Amino acid sequence: MMMAALQPGALFGLCGAALVGIGLFAVVASPGLLRRIVGCNILGAGIFLVFGAVARRGAGAGFAADPVPQALVITGIVVAFSASALAVALLKRLAEPAEEAAPAEPRGGS
Amino acid sequence: MTSPIHATTPGGFLLVLAVILPVCAVLAILACGPRSTVRIAMLTLAAGLAVAVAIAVELVSSGAALSYVVGAWQPPLGIALRADGLSGAMLLMTALVVVAVGLYAHVQYGLREDARNQRAQTTFWLMLLALWSALNAVFIGEDLFNLYVALELLTFAAVPLVCLDGRTETANAALRYLLFALLGSLLYLLGVGLLYGQYGTLDLLALSRLSRSDPALSVALALMIVGLLAKAALFPLHLWLPPAHAGAPAPASAVLSALVIKAPVFLILRLVLDVAPPQAAAVAGQLLAVLGAASILFCSVMALRQARLKLMIAYSTVAQLGYLFIVFPLAAGGTGLPPWETIAWTGGALQLISHALAKAAMFLAAGVIIQVYGHDRIADLGGFGRVLPVSAAAMGLAGLSLMGVPPSGGFVAKCLLLTAAVIEGYPWLAATILAGGLLAGGYVFRVIDRALAVPAGALPSRRAVPRRLELAALVLAVAAVLLGLVPLRPFGILQIGRGGLAMAGLP
Repeated sequence: MMMAALQPGALFGLCGAALVGIGLFAVVASPGLLRRIVGCNILGAGIFLVFGAVARRGAGAGFAADPVPQALVITGIVVAFSASALAVALLKRLAEPAEEAAPAEPRGGS
Repeated sequence: MTSPIHATTPGGFLLVLAVILPVCAVLAILACGPRSTVRIAMLTLAAGLAVAVAIAVELVSSGAALSYVVGAWQPPLGIALRADGLSGAMLLMTALVVVAVGLYAHVQYGLREDARNQRAQTTFWLMLLALWSALNAVFIGEDLFNLYVALELLTFAAVPLVCLDGRTETANAALRYLLFALLGSLLYLLGVGLLYGQYGTLDLLALSRLSRSDPALSVALALMIVGLLAKAALFPLHLWLPPAHAGAPAPASAVLSALVIKAPVFLILRLVLDVAPPQAAAVAGQLLAVLGAASILFCSVMALRQARLKLMIAYSTVAQLGYLFIVFPLAAGGTGLPPWETIAWTGGALQLISHALAKAAMFLAAGVIIQVYGHDRIADLGGFGRVLPVSAAAMGLAGLSLMGVPPSGGFVAKCLLLTAAVIEGYPWLAATILAGGLLAGGYVFRVIDRALAVPAGALPSRRAVPRRLELAALVLAVAAVLLGLVPLRPFGILQIGRGGLAMAGLP
């Protein structure tokens, strides 16, 4: 069991699982919005590690270092990066003092 | 698996067009600058509608699903696009709503010329087109990872629409929406990774042949479905929806409520019916139905209690969404029919489409009301039917469909679901459907009552609200009602391409 856990694929998988756990906890349990965004990033990193472990194990194709999950991870990182950027931009907008006076009347329809 | 799973069919290129046309328009708008934004957007609306109609015609005339294998690379390495009858119906519904919303926005943004509005206008068109492309990609995607990317694109297009006016309040709603959606898509992605690790393919059609009951599949599907539920805003995860959808500008709310939340629902439908093995699908179906029923009851009551018109409509969205989830146990019932031949399936699809039309109509009508009154407090809207008869009519007709009053698309949908619930022996679901209709009647009549009430004071003037602005809502509402008058025969389109899947499921 110990040996199995120390194989590179399994080790990465376990690290990924731990990161997913930490990230999920941060997203669900922390009150601060920034912490939640960081939590999402940790969760994402954990998931990418799991993909790495899957690639190492050679999923369906059966050969070591399956390239498909690696390609997926690269795309996933780009998507996760854009998501973080959008979230941080919104958070920054919220943190700024409202410099332009917001219209008093809710302008839901304009 | 010597023969390829997917083969490009003659009309397959139409699927590529459906995805790529709006993207090209987005790039063209960015390249050409704000002056030509509206012209390019209107052209794309027309072209996109033509593509959606062409896909539907091709589906009906050939009677088989359309597929396109991108770059002729077979899955699992390549990506396939496939439109069966349900996808075709979704594409057509999306095109119809987007075009109506586009015409509304064209008139509405034409009313003002200030600089701040100019920027919001360009952003709106960019995001509307990006959203259309992402929706089409979700409806015809066949590769689970590709679907993840499409869902993320959908979120990235939808979040800026929520906070178009840049107020702190709406930025807050947008951020909450983004966080829910982000968590949802990450859970979905984790499930995708586990599925790939287990089966070595992410192609839905291939997975439907390979999938068998094992723990990895159950965990993966559970993660993916929970993630999608967060995006679809089913009952316990719906908290982000009302502020986001109510705070957005009217045309944006219409698209968000009518279309954006339907994409994850569509995916859940495909996962449960196509990928999950029967026992797992039965368990998942029961759980989803409980959540759906809770959603109907809880959010209908919440809608009744809202003082603001747009919040009421937003809560009604969550409630109406619940009906889509009670389809699962009813369609997977013991009649021995495959799910897509049951009346519950037809009812569910009809509910999805009629809700999209009716809800878009309601939000657009609410937008006109806000334009004239400057607020949307229901209590202070007394007599708005005299100022805005067309909008009041649109609101009422759309309400018919939400309540499930004949003749309307919503009536046929709920009637089919009710029949299925009784036949399959789910009295509590039947009771929920009836109670949901009653509660919907309650909140729709609150608005109708205000429309017909004797105004308390002087009525506001119509200012610059052209008739064309009101017409978009009316057209959508009438379409939702007409859906109920169409004989059920055309809904054979929903079964196109499904039979092939059943064949594929055989060993």
